Amino acid sequence: MQNCNKTKHVWKKVNSETLMKSVFWSCAALTVISITFIGGFILFNGLPFFAHTNIIDFLLGEYWMPSGEIFGIFPMLVASFCGTLGAVVIGVVIGISTAIVITQILPEKPANILSKTIDLLAGIPSVIYGFFGLMVIVPLIKKYFGGISGGLSLLAVIIILSFMILPTIIRMTEVSLKAVPNEFKEAAYALGATPLQYIFKVQLRAAKSGIITGVILGIGRALGETMAVMLVAGNSPLIPESILSPVRTVTANIAMEMGYASGVHQQALFATGVVLFVIIISINVGMQFLIRRLERS
Amino acid sequence: MNNEIVLENKTFTDVTAPKINKLTSSRNLKEKFIYGFLGVCTILTVGFLFWLIGYILINGISHINLELLIAPIVTTIYMVLIGLGISVPIGIGAAIYLQEYATDGRFVKIIRFATECLSAVPSILFGLFGMLMFVTALNMSWCLLSGGLTVAIMILPTIVKTTEEALKTVPISYREASLALGATKIGTIVKVILPSSIPGILTGVVLSIGRIVGETAAIYLTAGTVFGIPNTVMNSGRTLSVHLYILAKEGVSLSEAYGTAVVLLIVILGLNFLSYYIASKMKK
Repeated sequence: MQNCNKTKHVWKKVNSETLMKSVFWSCAALTVISITFIGGFILFNGLPFFAHTNIIDFLLGEYWMPSGEIFGIFPMLVASFCGTLGAVVIGVVIGISTAIVITQILPEKPANILSKTIDLLAGIPSVIYGFFGLMVIVPLIKKYFGGISGGLSLLAVIIILSFMILPTIIRMTEVSLKAVPNEFKEAAYALGATPLQYIFKVQLRAAKSGIITGVILGIGRALGETMAVMLVAGNSPLIPESILSPVRTVTANIAMEMGYASGVHQQALFATGVVLFVIIISINVGMQFLIRRLERS
Repeated sequence: MNNEIVLENKTFTDVTAPKINKLTSSRNLKEKFIYGFLGVCTILTVGFLFWLIGYILINGISHINLELLIAPIVTTIYMVLIGLGISVPIGIGAAIYLQEYATDGRFVKIIRFATECLSAVPSILFGLFGMLMFVTALNMSWCLLSGGLTVAIMILPTIVKTTEEALKTVPISYREASLALGATKIGTIVKVILPSSIPGILTGVVLSIGRIVGETAAIYLTAGTVFGIPNTVMNSGRTLSVHLYILAKEGVSLSEAYGTAVVLLIVILGLNFLSYYIASKMKK
């Protein structure tokens, strides 16, 4: 009798253990399910569009006229590419320099304060960046450079995006610069290197993989940014002729017209989402691959 | 300390390189230039931040009109509560599985890859997905719940990652001690491991609140833009950031836009300082 009771008790215990384990397991599985659903839903709703316009015409078509059922996102791709490229160039130069100042040049206390201040930059919502851009950067561009759309331009997009991706680049560079072993520094100094020679010729090279990761994360953030860009870009779906032309990015295209689109037009927007999704995921996969290769070598 | 380094450098140039004095002086100039450039870049970063915060605070502080903002503020709070309510339990559960149960296998690799991808997906795609799934496919229309579910998925990677980090910091001896006292694994997790990792989990929660409060694109496409305090979760609502976007886009009432921006900024800055506070408590 007693024995029987004991087994029952143990069984109950084991049961709650396995039950909780499977609950935790399903929580973990939910992350996988979410990303699958996101990808699946966007693909499922976007792919039928390619029966209307084939994918080459969609990607390389130069005109976007929903009323005439002409859907080409080439101008948006160009705008997203130029905006991201410009932002990354500025962001990398300023970001890596700032990270060097934080980790190598400033004493610990001010460096810590500076580092936390930069965290604030990461926390500020994109709509505030957009609002600031619209109120301050756009009028400044209008005043000093002119342009056809009163300052709403590719240049405004680049400026806003470069500051938005700064915290990502700075943080990753900071972490990887700090991870470089101190022996490298001692060896370099012993060979007669100045601090700057050490930073640029030894430390930055040793920290390469982390910095590249930061830059790629920054690229992803810049490509995916919507609200800030939408407020300062001018949003005309034409291939930009100069840095002062108004542009519309891939993300803005979805957000702007989703509210009222229907039928083929709506499907075209889903297809735009598919393109964005594929770009973002391939960047992410490529990054993982690159990190693994860099780590091996 | 600084002085010493400079001194060392001087003796170095004096003693070992008298013949290449010319070279070193041009090198000094170059180094000075580089230091200057690095400094300018840092000033640009910090300057931009202060410019942005200062501009919005100075222009907006006199335009704060809480009566006009009460509806977006309440909607924002609802949105945060729904998002956290769904995401925090799931995220903590997932982190517990990854940290306490999983043996390094294929499933773990897949989950890690999935969370990486989830955190890389831009918010507009979350919005698009939320609209397709909750608004259209599940026929919930534009409402707080659609928005809340969407942001819940969006913050999931943050919650999982920060909770995992927090669980990692709990010393293994705690686990051993608890198990040695006869506690079950689940008892150990609930009564020993989770309580001692609460500050870490809180940091993740605060970060996520900031993300939800600041989110625009995803909520805009899933919760709609109806202005007013929603009565149920099935009503549409407009959060602070969506409100700011609409005001900025329409350009009708700039003073209202400034007022909204200030409130939004203050909330975000407050959350940031809260997370610093928790982090500093954690170190003690």
